[in-house]
Amino acid sequence: MSSAAVLERTVPPTGTRSSGVARRLKNGSISLLWALAGIGLVVLMWELVKWLGQYIPMPFNTSDITMPHVWTMVSAMGEPEVRGSDTTVFEAVVSAAFRSMTLAVGGFIIGVAVGLLLAVIMQRFLFAERGLLPFVIASQTVPLIALAPLIVGIGNRIEIGPIQWSTTYSVMFIAAYLAFFPLSVGALRGLQAPSATSLELMRSYAASPGQMLRKLRFPSSIPYLVPALKVSAAASVVGTVVAEISTGVRGGIGRMLIEYARQITSQPAKVYVAVFGAIALGLLVAALVTALDVYLTRNLPKENKA
Amino acid sequence: MRNIARSRWTRVASLAAVGVLALSACGGSDSSSDSAADETAAEETATDTATEETEAEDAASGEECTELTPASLQLQWFVQAQFAGYYAAKDLGFYEAACLDVTILEGGVDIVPQTVLAQGGSDFAIAWVPKALASREQGAGIVDIAQVFQRSGTLQVSWADSGITSPADFAGKKIGNWGFGNEYEIFAALAKEGLDPANDVELVQQQFDMLALLNREIDAAEAMTYNEYAQLLEAVNPDTGELYQPEDFNVINYADYGVGMLQDAVWASEERLSDPAYQDLAQRFVTASFEGWIYCRDNPQECADIVTANGSQLGASHQLWMMNEVNKLVWPSPNGIGIIDSAEWDQTVEISLNTPNLEAATVITSAPPAEAYTNQFAEAANAALQANGVDTTGGGFSPITVELKEGGA
Repeated sequence: MSSAAVLERTVPPTGTRSSGVARRLKNGSISLLWALAGIGLVVLMWELVKWLGQYIPMPFNTSDITMPHVWTMVSAMGEPEVRGSDTTVFEAVVSAAFRSMTLAVGGFIIGVAVGLLLAVIMQRFLFAERGLLPFVIASQTVPLIALAPLIVGIGNRIEIGPIQWSTTYSVMFIAAYLAFFPLSVGALRGLQAPSATSLELMRSYAASPGQMLRKLRFPSSIPYLVPALKVSAAASVVGTVVAEISTGVRGGIGRMLIEYARQITSQPAKVYVAVFGAIALGLLVAALVTALDVYLTRNLPKENKA
Repeated sequence: MRNIARSRWTRVASLAAVGVLALSACGGSDSSSDSAADETAAEETATDTATEETEAEDAASGEECTELTPASLQLQWFVQAQFAGYYAAKDLGFYEAACLDVTILEGGVDIVPQTVLAQGGSDFAIAWVPKALASREQGAGIVDIAQVFQRSGTLQVSWADSGITSPADFAGKKIGNWGFGNEYEIFAALAKEGLDPANDVELVQQQFDMLALLNREIDAAEAMTYNEYAQLLEAVNPDTGELYQPEDFNVINYADYGVGMLQDAVWASEERLSDPAYQDLAQRFVTASFEGWIYCRDNPQECADIVTANGSQLGASHQLWMMNEVNKLVWPSPNGIGIIDSAEWDQTVEISLNTPNLEAATVITSAPPAEAYTNQFAEAANAALQANGVDTTGGGFSPITVELKEGGA
């Protein structure tokens, strides 16, 4: 088959695969240890600064109300969210983070789909690249906080058949809006990456543009795609949280941050629990993308990995 | 050779691509500028209320109602007791009795209710009068149809030991203010005391919490009676281990110094008010909302629970405190609930017009026309409710006593 030569390059010798998995596991547990040590160090620094603040004047306030003790934050997790309710702050944050994650993943998927489509169109038609790319870049210069109310305002009036646009869709749209850009630019570079010789070879096989896309351009764009996916995932999380804050959509971590921040005067530790929730959300989405990365690059030689 | 031909074609085509994009952008805004939902709603009400004359009665008792008219209300912030009357009217069926299906849209950090209203995103909006007047001056066609909050709830809170007991004592102190158009009462008070905001006081941008005051980073903090002031009284005093007490603070109420500005009001679209169907909608909405506020005057605990049941994150004692303080802003309404007192309106306009902030900017540059507010709907609502024997002035209103718990729980 015409693609045999291309495929051969990307398939590693079968023998190295199992040892590769073992190495990954080992490396994984070591980096987990380092990560935990890093968290421990941050906790130590936090408490040290607080302790020093009692004796030396610090450039910032280190009182318990501005910088609550780490154990106060941990115990705040177990407190009921509102007195009399069964849900603890921790459970509320987890469910909010989960809700935000659904929105972020939804936005991410839409963003990736749109980004890929744009990249393919821009790669295929030079006029599209010239005509669209400036808009793609300009789209990211619009400040999100200006965009969010606008999208909600327009969205409130959209009704497609029985489907009534809800602010949830607005949040997803904003997440997708941030997520599509890194992906479309990254994918475009990736699709344009094959060397002239590979392209000439494909042409000499009389490969159709579709075949070239599937068998040459997509595989060779993966090293560009993977980092782009990571940036997109992070952007969709940021987009979700900011859109939630900005539009006040209920149920997610962004709204929770604002609500808890308003209670900071009397319950300073609570807002930190929500901040941890936002961090965990970001890490979780990053982990999902890393899993995707492992799957996509399973056949790539290590040194080729971006 | 091929390259040259290709690049010329490319240039033409990329121009075309831009053109298509521009066209589709225009088409998009065109189709969204008019709402199909509005038209059908208008038709429905026109056919529904064949007995137009009895509309006031209809709004109060609502006998003949085949299909609910959809209406939406945009709030400035998340669900909380500040908006209790609307949630009560919805949950207790006052809107439904007026043949309305009201959707209450919560606000957010970047949601400007009067802008949402002006853009057609909602049928009604809640907004403070000065900010709404500023939007009106910039072209938003909006009208104040019900002044639910009769008085300002803005305070300046300082430590009892600071010696700040009136705006005259601001001289030489660090005075916190929220900015974004929430600071004009402070500037008006300073001007009244003959203080120069640029030189005589140090004005500090304040967060929407009271930490800066508790940490003594500022001498006096801006606070709403129903929210931030309660936050102070819910915090634990590290010296005593007990909650802070009202005696620990000095409170300056701007309304007492004649510089209060009107706050929460119901705003409607000026353009649509010429449409009888929308007028009818507005009338029914205002009347039913008043019923909600009257209910909350008499049943603060139940209304606080309704608000919490609608998803408010505020603790029970904080919610009840807010309900009670908001009641104090609404009641008594000497002229009837929602009626705009022209003296208060004029004071708000006067301050908005003549008080420059640090950037020498005033809220508005010219006095708003008389059309900026109307008492037509509030008066009709009061008349209809009074005809049913409802007390719409709250002359005998007495607030309850709320004990705040730690963290508002």
